[in-house]
Amino acid sequence: MRLRSLMLGVAAAALFGASAQAQMTDGGIKIGVLTDMSGTYSDLSGGGSVWAAKRAVEDYLKDKPGLKIEVIGADHQNKADISANTARQWYDVDKVDVIVDLVTSSTALAVNQIAKEKNKVALVSGAASSALTGKDCTANTIHWTYDTWSLANGTGNAITKTGGDSWFFLTADYAFGQALEKDTAAVVEKNGGKILGKVRHPFPAQDFSSFLLQAQASKAKIIGLANAGADTTNAIKQASEFGIVSGGQSLAGLLVFITDVHALGLKTAQGLIFTEAWYWDANDNNRAFAKEYSAANGGKFPTMVHAGVYSSVIHYLKSVEALKGDADGAAVVAKMKELPTDDKLYGKGTVRADGRKIHDMYLFEVKKPAESKGPWDYYKTRATIPAAEA
Amino acid sequence: MKSREVLIGLLILAGLLVAPTAIYPVFLMKVLCFALFACAFNLLIGYVGLLSFGHAMFFGFAAYIAGHTIKVLGWPTELGLAAATATAALMGLAVGLIAIRRQGIYFAMVTLALSQMVFFFCLQSKFTGGEDGIQAIPRRPVFGVIDIQNDITLYYFVLAIFVAGFLLIYRTIHSPFGQVLKAIRENEPRAISLGYRIDHYKLLAFVLSAGLAGLAGATKVLVFQLASLTDVQWQMSGEVVLMTLVGGMGTVLGPVVGAAVIISMQNYLKGLGEWVLVIQGLIFVITVLVFRRGVVGEIWAAMTRRKPESGPPA
Amino acid sequence: MFELLGVPPQALFGQLFLGLINGAFYALLSLGLAVIFGMLNVINFAHGAQYMMGAFGAWVLLKYVGIPYWGALVIVPVIVGALGVVLERLLLSRLYHLDHLYGLLLTFGLAIIFEGIARYAFGASGVSYENPIPGGVNLGFMFLPWYRAWVIVFSLAVCLGTWLMIEKTKLGSYLRAAVERPDLVQAMGINVPLMITLTYGFGVALAALAGVLAAPVYSVTPKIGAEIIIVVFAVVVIGGMGSILGSVVTGFGLGMVEGLTKVFYPEASNIVIFVIMAIVLIARPAGLFGTAK
Repeated sequence: MRLRSLMLGVAAAALFGASAQAQMTDGGIKIGVLTDMSGTYSDLSGGGSVWAAKRAVEDYLKDKPGLKIEVIGADHQNKADISANTARQWYDVDKVDVIVDLVTSSTALAVNQIAKEKNKVALVSGAASSALTGKDCTANTIHWTYDTWSLANGTGNAITKTGGDSWFFLTADYAFGQALEKDTAAVVEKNGGKILGKVRHPFPAQDFSSFLLQAQASKAKIIGLANAGADTTNAIKQASEFGIVSGGQSLAGLLVFITDVHALGLKTAQGLIFTEAWYWDANDNNRAFAKEYSAANGGKFPTMVHAGVYSSVIHYLKSVEALKGDADGAAVVAKMKELPTDDKLYGKGTVRADGRKIHDMYLFEVKKPAESKGPWDYYKTRATIPAAEA
Repeated sequence: MKSREVLIGLLILAGLLVAPTAIYPVFLMKVLCFALFACAFNLLIGYVGLLSFGHAMFFGFAAYIAGHTIKVLGWPTELGLAAATATAALMGLAVGLIAIRRQGIYFAMVTLALSQMVFFFCLQSKFTGGEDGIQAIPRRPVFGVIDIQNDITLYYFVLAIFVAGFLLIYRTIHSPFGQVLKAIRENEPRAISLGYRIDHYKLLAFVLSAGLAGLAGATKVLVFQLASLTDVQWQMSGEVVLMTLVGGMGTVLGPVVGAAVIISMQNYLKGLGEWVLVIQGLIFVITVLVFRRGVVGEIWAAMTRRKPESGPPA
Repeated sequence: MFELLGVPPQALFGQLFLGLINGAFYALLSLGLAVIFGMLNVINFAHGAQYMMGAFGAWVLLKYVGIPYWGALVIVPVIVGALGVVLERLLLSRLYHLDHLYGLLLTFGLAIIFEGIARYAFGASGVSYENPIPGGVNLGFMFLPWYRAWVIVFSLAVCLGTWLMIEKTKLGSYLRAAVERPDLVQAMGINVPLMITLTYGFGVALAALAGVLAAPVYSVTPKIGAEIIIVVFAVVVIGGMGSILGSVVTGFGLGMVEGLTKVFYPEASNIVIFVIMAIVLIARPAGLFGTAK
């Protein structure tokens, strides 16, 4: 399959290789940012992702005038059918070459299939499902920022090794939560930790007091939150109310974004441990990016998803340039896997053969209110998980 | 009267036959699926006076059944559709038996609550794929010969399903059975005193409506090749109410027009983000306050005002 | 996973207690719905959205005006209730001569509008409201946060007060009379339309009050209203619209049933109320406290 598409790619490159302009279908490259503009995930992706994609294009074009690159955005409302509908229309009618971001797994999986069918490209930054590089892996998709496996592995490993060896899971009772729990539990046990118990809470849930009481009674050192979004923030908020953290137990979030911490406030979220792929305050490049982002997005700060969109767009453009053509999606993706990645936000990395982008991940702990020096100064880095283990 | 209806119907059909040359066929198919869904819903609200606020459960659950039978069990397309429709009808029987014990607002709340139960079931079940849904559902040839991989061919298949469903509803409304339903809507105690076992009539209408809503949901699966939680969510029930209301409750063509209006709006305004929600809400409020007959109902009213001898909308 | 016999009685007691707290929210909301329904014959679909507005209202007052929780507890219900009065006068009152279903559809539309505006104004992930009375007491069988104890006591007081007002005062007797024979009451010189308007405002204020109470416990997001309203509908169907007391008792009772489910079979805790609703409808279509009409 990959060989065939590679050969097709070579043929396409030969066909379109004549002049710099003629390489691109319809005279230019069109990037579609398909994301959640209005729902639960609009703060961690949404309009910010469109901004990040545009920023990447601007940066890339600085020393390459004359190339025509267009960025468009649309709201998939976290609905798989709207996502599929938009993707078909973009690829068929609007001549979009690559779709980026794709927050939430169902929308990403839907576009994943269509990109393959139409031989275009999908670069997933926002979604978590490791199925994208597992059972639903295609030659047209790259999974960029993070996935359930890297989060579970990162958090499970680092915490168990640093003494958090007994766990109790609060798991959202659906595929995503169960996958997180299963992956994390395996890592914890591999490192000699013990699973003292778990409770499957319905999804979505408002009240976690009952489950937290069960977790408290288990006397586990670590309470793993195998859920996401409002479930996670609700659980953390109520844990603080029931004095779980002050009682000596720690909360480990298995999928937490900086926007969640911001919504909770440091007073409630302090001490929470979790894995992320990117933090704005890690180095000068990131800080500069965050400053521009914040100025353009009403004072909000970028998440790892925004940075992932930026990074994936840069690498896509580089690969199209190296290939001298964007017509054959599978060939572009093959090129992206061949070239090492290097951009100002994620640094150097690679794309694995199954389509997963490999970079360092970080274990963060949320600061105490007193330790925070400014707006959005929320994380302490507990450990770096090297790319080889992430 | 009858001949004019038939004429309008034929004109619309002719338009639908040539439409894919001008309009993106996937979009058209989406409109047709929702139009059938809204027609099925309208059978209840428009002709029995029952407001179901949980029709998404039939639409969405049938989609899962179609997806599962076609993708996982490897059934042919037409069998998958039949299984989905039958399942939805059976669900309609079970839900109907409980819900028709109450009328009016209670009926709306009961159906809403029961559909929420179905939603949670779908969310937690293994076979639905939870949040991910059932993806990459194959488009198998219909009856083993008609290849529906191509969007245009699929469009005509979907159109055929829609027309069949529509005609079934049309026939039902104009049959003696439909007349009894209308009698129940107009004056329930009187229908009872005339000796009609109204619960049987209501239940049968409910089952028919549920089955057709299921057929619509299953057909949508063929178009998008996926079945997801969106279609069982209660918001979907709200959308079908909106479509029917905007088009005109109790008119034959109203739900079709309403579906086209709402789907187009969602399609062309999707860049507006949260404002789409606000606009939908506003349409709801405005329609209820000043525009209760809906687009088709208002047009009909304007036409009959000029020709007073005509009867009420068919 | 906890087994049936593995749950010690103390833990069970703790869970029942927690269920009572959730029940307090159900009771307050279904009480408001019942009051509105009794007078207007309208099922207020916007009730959840008004609950959400109450929660956001408390947050806005704290963040932008500096008014703390205790002030919000009074001010927010008054403001949201006043907004309800405006809505009733401008919109709802135009529909009384029609089928009651139109009232449901109108308030459904309003609920969508409110949710959309809240998303625009506050973002979809919502905000966090600080707990005004942190800390708690260890009761031996459970850790009881002070705030949750306050929620139970306060909501019980509000429910009881409302019941007393409607059943035992002169104003309440006018209300009950107007429900039965609005024409007669009007003829006796009482301004029935005004009573209807104020009743709607009061019911909405109850929803907003529940929202303020919920803000320190739950994440405040634009979705909280839509999530809770369906459950409250089921509570109302189970209790029947017959009596104020019925809606309160059912609210607290179902909260406890839900709490127990979270211990024995947590996966089902989202649907247990709907299952009960189905059973009640089969056995007693008018609801536990309702009278068939």
